[in-house]
Amino acid sequence: MAEPILDLQDIRKSYDATPVLAGVSVRLTAGETLALTGESGSGKSTLLHLAGGLDRPDSGQIWLQGRDIGQMDDAARAEVRRLHIGLIFQQFNLVPSLTVGANIALQARLANRHDDAFCATIAERLGLSDLIGRYPEQLSGGQQQRVAIARALAPKPALILADEPTGNLDEDTGDAVLSLLLDLVSETGAGLLMVTHSPRLAGHLSRRIHLSRGALAQV
Amino acid sequence: MFFTTLRALSSHWRHRPGQLAMLAIGLALATALWSGVQAINAEARAAYDRAAATLGQDQLARLERADGRPVPLEDFIALRAAGYLVSPVISGELRDADGRLRLLGIDALTAPAAAQGPTLDGAVDLATFFTAPGLLLMTEATATGALPDGLPEIALSENVPPAAAITDISTAARLLGQSDPSYLLVAPQQPFGLPPLSDATDLRLRAPDTANDISRLTDSFHLNLTAFGLLSFGVGLFIVHAAIGLAFEQRRASVRTLRALGTPLRTILSALALELAVIALAAGMIGIFLGYLIAATLMPGVAGTLRGLYGAEIEGILRFDPYWALSALLITGIGTAAAALQAMIRTARMPLLSPALPRAWAQASGRAIRLQAIAALALFALAAALALFGQGLIAAFSCLAALLIGAALILPALTTAALAILPMRGAFAEWVLADTRQQVPGLSLALMALMLALSANIGVSTMVGSFRSTFTGWLDQRLASELYVTAADPAQAAFLIEAISADVDAILPIISADQRLFDRPAQVFGVVDHPTYREAWPLLSQSENPWDQLANGNAALINEQLARRENLAPGDTLPLAGGLRIVGVYSDYGNPNGQAIVSLTRFAETYPNLETFRFAIRIDPDRAPAMATRLREDFGLPTDAVTNQAQVKAFSLDVFDQTFRVTGALNILTLGVAGIALLTSLLTLANLRLPQLAPLWAIGTSRATLARVELIRALGLAMLTFVFALPVGLALAWILLALVNVEAFGWRLPMQLFPADWARLFGLALLAAGLAALGPTLRLARIPPARLTQIFAQER
Repeated sequence: MAEPILDLQDIRKSYDATPVLAGVSVRLTAGETLALTGESGSGKSTLLHLAGGLDRPDSGQIWLQGRDIGQMDDAARAEVRRLHIGLIFQQFNLVPSLTVGANIALQARLANRHDDAFCATIAERLGLSDLIGRYPEQLSGGQQQRVAIARALAPKPALILADEPTGNLDEDTGDAVLSLLLDLVSETGAGLLMVTHSPRLAGHLSRRIHLSRGALAQV
Repeated sequence: MFFTTLRALSSHWRHRPGQLAMLAIGLALATALWSGVQAINAEARAAYDRAAATLGQDQLARLERADGRPVPLEDFIALRAAGYLVSPVISGELRDADGRLRLLGIDALTAPAAAQGPTLDGAVDLATFFTAPGLLLMTEATATGALPDGLPEIALSENVPPAAAITDISTAARLLGQSDPSYLLVAPQQPFGLPPLSDATDLRLRAPDTANDISRLTDSFHLNLTAFGLLSFGVGLFIVHAAIGLAFEQRRASVRTLRALGTPLRTILSALALELAVIALAAGMIGIFLGYLIAATLMPGVAGTLRGLYGAEIEGILRFDPYWALSALLITGIGTAAAALQAMIRTARMPLLSPALPRAWAQASGRAIRLQAIAALALFALAAALALFGQGLIAAFSCLAALLIGAALILPALTTAALAILPMRGAFAEWVLADTRQQVPGLSLALMALMLALSANIGVSTMVGSFRSTFTGWLDQRLASELYVTAADPAQAAFLIEAISADVDAILPIISADQRLFDRPAQVFGVVDHPTYREAWPLLSQSENPWDQLANGNAALINEQLARRENLAPGDTLPLAGGLRIVGVYSDYGNPNGQAIVSLTRFAETYPNLETFRFAIRIDPDRAPAMATRLREDFGLPTDAVTNQAQVKAFSLDVFDQTFRVTGALNILTLGVAGIALLTSLLTLANLRLPQLAPLWAIGTSRATLARVELIRALGLAMLTFVFALPVGLALAWILLALVNVEAFGWRLPMQLFPADWARLFGLALLAAGLAALGPTLRLARIPPARLTQIFAQER
């Protein structure tokens, strides 16, 4: 069996004494795409945030490429995110004062892995080449999400975490964006963990798990 | 990584240049007002130091006569013959219609090094200096100013006091018509074996001043300016705080994104700090330039104030001092750091996963407003304690600061409470009121700045108005005579008095002597017993029949300054002429020194060598112009030797107005800065409030109506702020009149109210708020509907 990129073991997390995750374990290997579905409040986003080192679990272990990031301090987790994880948010979270080109290159530059040619290739694949000099506010929602995907892929991370990346897009645009994301993830060999509401979109990924009331459930 | 982070964060300013301009303007204005005031203070103090150093005033003891008259030349010769190292100085003022000049005639060969000035520094042509007609050494500013006619050759030197010239003693003697030295300077080291000077002469030995008199007297003025500079700086920092707060709020999402992408918090904070430091440096340099311009513009006014109020001579020009510029940059940096502290702390504490919804910046919770109100009450208690029990100028200014800060802190609570009790009918009106309450925390800093500026304006204008009104009334009492005459010498005065006495109602001699009282400079006047004094002299407190007792010769009147400083009251004894009973205290505005009045008979006994050459004439006012003409034409008196009452009053009021011109200018500048602070905050809120306005627009309220509401709201809040500022301003005026003035000048003034000034200020406040709200209002009125619909798209 392949070595997992991400290995979440018995993760528990509560907010204000309300349990959100009650002992969840998930494994993801390189090149694998995993859909995480569940109703609102089931703990999907919380699990994604913990996997990305944005938050710490109350208990359990989060192994990323063989290191337990759950025990790391803020600075070390920031470094892991910078170097190994690409994050895609539902709200895009682009820097409004940077151009499309600068937004795409942002994380790669932060990680000191900037490659002009690679960024240009991703931009071209995502249909952003003509929009490089524009600002986010001049783009449609679909275009902004494609910029966010390009930004996440530019530093060639081992793991892509996507939180409802098509949630703000119409069905056709969402399908197109997802298709591009899966193609690029496949080409870079990264693992993908994607939170989605949509069983239809989840069907495009290689595997699917379902969260219900903080625990994994049978689909 | 650091530069990528810095570039990502600072791209915000490129994207919003208007906001950067606002931040830079705030910083530049704060720096300009603070550094301008500091430049004025530094220049004035440097002038005092130059004067003190040149004269050796604060370093050398001097021998002088107790009655203030010149020292007989024989006394000097006798002391030198006995081996004492003393050096004569003839000092006096040359004055004619063209100008005036203080002359210091020194004997450069015997003067101690500290008192030689630039005479022996090698740059002066000694042959011209020592031989007739002589050479006057003065600064370039003095040389280009208004000087009396008929002066000998002038040489420029920077080490000479302002408005003064140093010359050889023989030249001074000729120009001033005085052969005896005014005083003798005493070298610090005397030859070994000589008996003490006090045993060798009857002259009085005056020890070197431990502190420069002028500098001590003017301290209050400079403290006053510094307080104003600090207030303006603080108000300017409100703009900086608002601009930084806005940038923080708008970059909140970007900062969160950067952190999510793996940028360490300390890198983000370092980038923010560096970015602010660069902006502060650039804006600070612009501020220093503006400050220099402000100081250079105000400098002539300050020079006039110091001359009119304290008799301190400074030049009306400004020199550039790198030390001053560096200290201004430092204070800008500290101010920026203070203004940015809250935003930095919020950035540091901002949770990575908090919802990315827009939130009004600086949105203080109800708890924070309550805490502020409690702190304000504590500060009010401190202010009251300082007013009741504090002593000294520092306590008075601390009381003032506690009152102002307390008033600023309690403003949000008062505004919220006032809005809560305001009756409103109709759904839309209720929404407006609720929405206004919600905006109070976001606007509170700008409203505090406006309130501080308004209170300072009310306080200072009430103080100046009370002062002016009292001063005018006082002038009417003090300047009761119709004409004032200055003769060339006592003989001419005696001749004139005899010639005109039959044609006038009364002649009142004006005679005075310089006298040290309680070891401070003072003046003693001799007066005749006349109804003019009995009816008009402004007595603040008195014994029974003070004028009868004065006429008997064993009593004296003293001015308020002397009474307050030495804690004297009617019934006490004045150590003059063997001890005189104090029978009254009179107000004496605009004079920093002590003063006493004795009967003319007692004066003549005390100062037998002094003769009058000035006198006042009581005459029917209708006949006064004819008498003035007769004195000039029939007796050949120069034009300015005969002045009428109106001229003297006009001159005095001119000096008065000059005195407060600087304060008035700073007042207006502070109000202007507060207006800009309000504009910054309104712009901030305008950007953040679209999500609240969009639903109103969507359900049928036009953009024009929303814009009108914004304008009316700004005006309403300004009105409310003015209502709160009024009592604070009046309390400020009371502190200035009853505490600061007494400590600074030695007199207390009755407080008067000037509702017309308040109405004018109210109009100005509305104008400032209206202008500040105009931009955001117009922008809202013209906002494209697409921008409003975008709000809903973003919130989906």
